[in-house]
Amino acid sequence: MDQISNASRERVQIHLGVRAAGLGAAAAPTSGARSSTRLGWREVLANAASEVFEIMVGSSLEPAAEGDSHVLADFTAMVGIAGTVCGVFGFRASAESAKRMAALMLGVDEVGATENVPDAFGEICNMIAGSFKSKIARLADGCALSVPTVISGRDYALYSLANGERFEVTLSFEGHPISVTLDLHM
Amino acid sequence: MKPARVLIVDDSSVMRKIVGRSLRQAGLEMQEVLEASNGSEALTVVREKPLDLILSDINMPQMDGLEFVRQLRGIESAHDVPVVMITTEAGEAHVVQALSSGASGYIRKPFTPDQIKERVIPLLRG
Repeated sequence: MDQISNASRERVQIHLGVRAAGLGAAAAPTSGARSSTRLGWREVLANAASEVFEIMVGSSLEPAAEGDSHVLADFTAMVGIAGTVCGVFGFRASAESAKRMAALMLGVDEVGATENVPDAFGEICNMIAGSFKSKIARLADGCALSVPTVISGRDYALYSLANGERFEVTLSFEGHPISVTLDLHM
Repeated sequence: MKPARVLIVDDSSVMRKIVGRSLRQAGLEMQEVLEASNGSEALTVVREKPLDLILSDINMPQMDGLEFVRQLRGIESAHDVPVVMITTEAGEAHVVQALSSGASGYIRKPFTPDQIKERVIPLLRG
């Protein structure tokens, strides 16, 4: 099993302890058999997202309510990871949520944040990817991240060559579901 | 401490704004805040104006932050300007690489205004 830093382990325990009921259900794996070397990665992904939102957005993420895991993906951000593992981080949210995140990050109202939404959304994905990577020992120095790419609009199909394990967490941002994923290339 | 002229280098305009706001929240009095979206643009700014502090991302298109710092240290007027890297790449090897390239300090994203205060302000005083 990968080494997870003490600080990360502590945050994982916080999630599993205090938020266990909700996260357990909301963050269930969506496909693929879980590799024994990647136990706990889903929880680390949730912690990475929570850390970024608490520090940079000033908002706490909650477990998504049961049955409320359908994310309106008006915005999709992706950050590639390559090195000891290869894959893609994904971050999805509705336009309303994305605009609210940008406003909170910048400390402006939502009208003032409109033109910054894609940039802010991509940066959040970038920081989640970086935070995740820093919490898993063999990834911290063994992988590099790409610059983020942001897609706006729902009318697209994404074909990934990752074709491997998928880690996915659905969390609630101010009552609206958001999705964070890591698709690994096998 | 005299008001500082600061250069913020990041390909994200949102991050440039957040870093600037964090510097103000940290109590840094700034004469001027300049911005660049990659290392190449930043070098142009460096050659045009004297600076007291530079905060730079690493992962950027055209010229990344590490190459920017390496080239910066070869410019006589800027060879001793403190440069703090602010980046998502926070592995030990990345930190060592940044410091050996000429960076004066390192802050991982996401960051708090307190971290900016603790790691940036002393560089200006020192």
